[in-house]
Amino acid sequence: MTSFSLNVNGRTCEVECDPATPLIYVLRNHLDLVGAKLGCGLEQCGACAILVDGERVLSCVRAASEFEGAEITTVEGLVQDGEPSVVQQAFIEEGAAQCGYCTAGLVIATTALLEKTPRPDDTEIQSALNDHLCRCGSHARVLRAIDVLVQRGAGDA
Amino acid sequence: MPESASLKKSPELDQWISIGPDGKVLIRTGKVDIGQRISTALALVAAEELDIDIDRVVIARTATGIDPDEGITSGSNSMEEAGNAVRAASATARRHLLSLAADALAVDIATLEISDGLIHSRETNRSITYEELMADQSFRIEVDPDAPVKDPSSYSIIGQTIVARGLKEVVTGQPHFVQDMKMPSMRHARVVRPPHYQARLNSLDDSVVERIGENGGTIVCDGSFIAVTHTDEYSAVKAAERLFESSDWDTGDGLEPQDVFERLVANDRVSLPVVDGVPQKGEVMPLAPPLPEATSTVSARYEKPYLMHGSIGPSAAVALAEGKQLTIWTHSQGVYVLRASLAEALDVEMDDLKIIHVPGSGCYGHNGADDAAVDAALIALATPGTPILLKWTREDEHAWEPYGSCMSMDLTASLDIKGKVISWSQETYSDTYGMRPRPEPGGAGPARLLPMQYREGALAPLLPQPNMSRHAGLHRNLDPLYSFANKRLVKNLVRGLPLRTSALRTLGGFANVFAIESFMDELAEDAGIDSVQFRLDNLDDERAKDVIAAAADAIGWGDDVSDGRGRGIGFAQYKNIQAYAAVVVELEVNDLAEVKLHRVALAGDAGQIIDHAGLTAQYEGGFLQAASWTLYEAVTYDRTGITSRDWETYPILRFDNIPEIETVLIDRPKERFLGAGEAVSGPTAGAIANAIYNATSLRLRRLPFTPDAIRAAAME
Repeated sequence: MTSFSLNVNGRTCEVECDPATPLIYVLRNHLDLVGAKLGCGLEQCGACAILVDGERVLSCVRAASEFEGAEITTVEGLVQDGEPSVVQQAFIEEGAAQCGYCTAGLVIATTALLEKTPRPDDTEIQSALNDHLCRCGSHARVLRAIDVLVQRGAGDA
Repeated sequence: MPESASLKKSPELDQWISIGPDGKVLIRTGKVDIGQRISTALALVAAEELDIDIDRVVIARTATGIDPDEGITSGSNSMEEAGNAVRAASATARRHLLSLAADALAVDIATLEISDGLIHSRETNRSITYEELMADQSFRIEVDPDAPVKDPSSYSIIGQTIVARGLKEVVTGQPHFVQDMKMPSMRHARVVRPPHYQARLNSLDDSVVERIGENGGTIVCDGSFIAVTHTDEYSAVKAAERLFESSDWDTGDGLEPQDVFERLVANDRVSLPVVDGVPQKGEVMPLAPPLPEATSTVSARYEKPYLMHGSIGPSAAVALAEGKQLTIWTHSQGVYVLRASLAEALDVEMDDLKIIHVPGSGCYGHNGADDAAVDAALIALATPGTPILLKWTREDEHAWEPYGSCMSMDLTASLDIKGKVISWSQETYSDTYGMRPRPEPGGAGPARLLPMQYREGALAPLLPQPNMSRHAGLHRNLDPLYSFANKRLVKNLVRGLPLRTSALRTLGGFANVFAIESFMDELAEDAGIDSVQFRLDNLDDERAKDVIAAAADAIGWGDDVSDGRGRGIGFAQYKNIQAYAAVVVELEVNDLAEVKLHRVALAGDAGQIIDHAGLTAQYEGGFLQAASWTLYEAVTYDRTGITSRDWETYPILRFDNIPEIETVLIDRPKERFLGAGEAVSGPTAGAIANAIYNATSLRLRRLPFTPDAIRAAAME
């Protein structure tokens, strides 16, 4: 057991756990942030994606203690003053989820993509999302949500 | 409305609807939301018939002992069962509330009008609300299945686009899934699985067991059922891994590795003729020689491997044992069915068992949900008073869920000189799709719960019996909708196949329609008739013809296709009585022998449309999932067990192969609801096979259509 601090969604959180504990367990169980999902524990499905210093990072394998000092944002942290972010709003409007288990990861991936590449082409979108699996077949609606965001210039803001 | 099993079991209006003092209208149903937006569709139906704002409608989470028992949420039956029941209940409630209001306001009922639950008399200008009328009372009347419902032309709510129930929660990361549950003093649990189905525990390593105990873990060991709990989830994960690595198993002979496609047609089997979609007790007639007027006779065999449900979130459940009472929170599709079988398995009273539905990851049939609920129950019983959150691992889900069976379809048909089909034969070979834990005489329910097969005094899985219902099990959609003369249809339930199977979306429908629709194109080519025209020529059903024409129009069938691309069509009506679907795919096979999907047109007719966006999503999502089955998926195994144990060894569709999809839905406001959740799957496989043939002249008859399969076909 060790203690360390994590910066999550703008808050500094003290955590005490086995330092090898993958970040996902700390987020979900210690910090009650259940937005990131445990899907495989193998970095294969993308359900556990979060933002670390603005980059999309998978949280199901890497130890929480590695993230000390980094700025971590989970899908909950994208909500500002109770309002979903523009990306979240577009997912809601386009119905870009079926069961929703993979959705938080896709919201994170889309947020990271548009942050870096406000006007992504098809190849850039595919490469940003390709490590994310969806079993219900919400892909087409996710792509439509991204289309809407790009048309609105959401990435330019 | 037609006879309703749901209302027969739960005839009281109070079982379906209650109106709270806050004006919220609580709708109870036995059908659970598994991402298919059934709660959204039911809320629309209730809001419309009750004339209330949809935000006032609350759809209750289904729990045993409280909510109507509507069996299992499966078979695309929810709108036909719960949708009609909720509509009748809402219409009954509306009529009752109007009559209460007429009394309360002392006015003629004909002068009353309703706006958002406020009943207003035009005559006296007085008003009263639903909640004032009910004042915490119950209805105490029965649902009238024939209570007058609104004319669709007067709808004010159905037809609006609304945000699906639960969508905002999942997009913003709020707790929603059973995996997200948290209770005071809860412990996390993992099961330590055997290396494969036949393996049985010899022994655990005592020193590891001791260390886990010192570290705060507890171990449940009952025969070959082993689980670990810990207050810290990661400690439970590590303990389960250490326990497995150090344990000793009798692995026996392992899984029989012989090619399943050989075994499907060679093993012992129960063979039954199928007439009008229904298996018959009786002799299977041998395939007759071609009729004298046959100018051409064609035969082909099509094959489908074992497929996974492949939920993105591994199955999970919470269980708590307190005194005699055992409560389970689960994403099972059938809480009442599970309760009955689990009560029988544990030899406890049904009333001492409460099972509550909480959403899980999409399941698409009988995945690990019920088994995880039983795992959690066994662990909770061993640790009374402590809530247990049990999660399957990715490997558990991949290796232990009951798969959709491998299948083989033998087709033979003759054409006459005009290209008309004058005889048609199909034999389908498959393992069972019917291993949901339904209680049945002989202890079938408990025997179908995975953990019961590993406890001390293990129950052996029972030999499945052929499902004799219309379009059920492996013979779902075996009988084509086409108006063929001289049909010979045979169901073969094959014994002795190696892997655990049960209900996967469409059951046999996916492979049967894949075979029928591929074969239709082979026949059309033989007859020299365009594929769309050939289908239209062999159909009498006008709604079927309309969806085929709509999909063909949407893609521009008959127009030139870009170089290297091909188009193909597939069609079916699910179970020949539910939703219609036509799929046209435009694709290419690239230099790496990969199939790239470019454009897709989907056309559907599900009767009256309640939730347009939800229905579109079912067609689109169904297409993409079936495209994944068609192009990428096959469960693999050898003597040591299942070898497709993660997403690298069991690849599925990704974002780099998502076509542009146009969905055309034909609304039929005067027609009854037709279940739509599975309509598009079979036609998808047929359309892709036909488009690959159109693009490459390669006729692929064994799924999946991987680059290896395409290269092998090209070498032939």
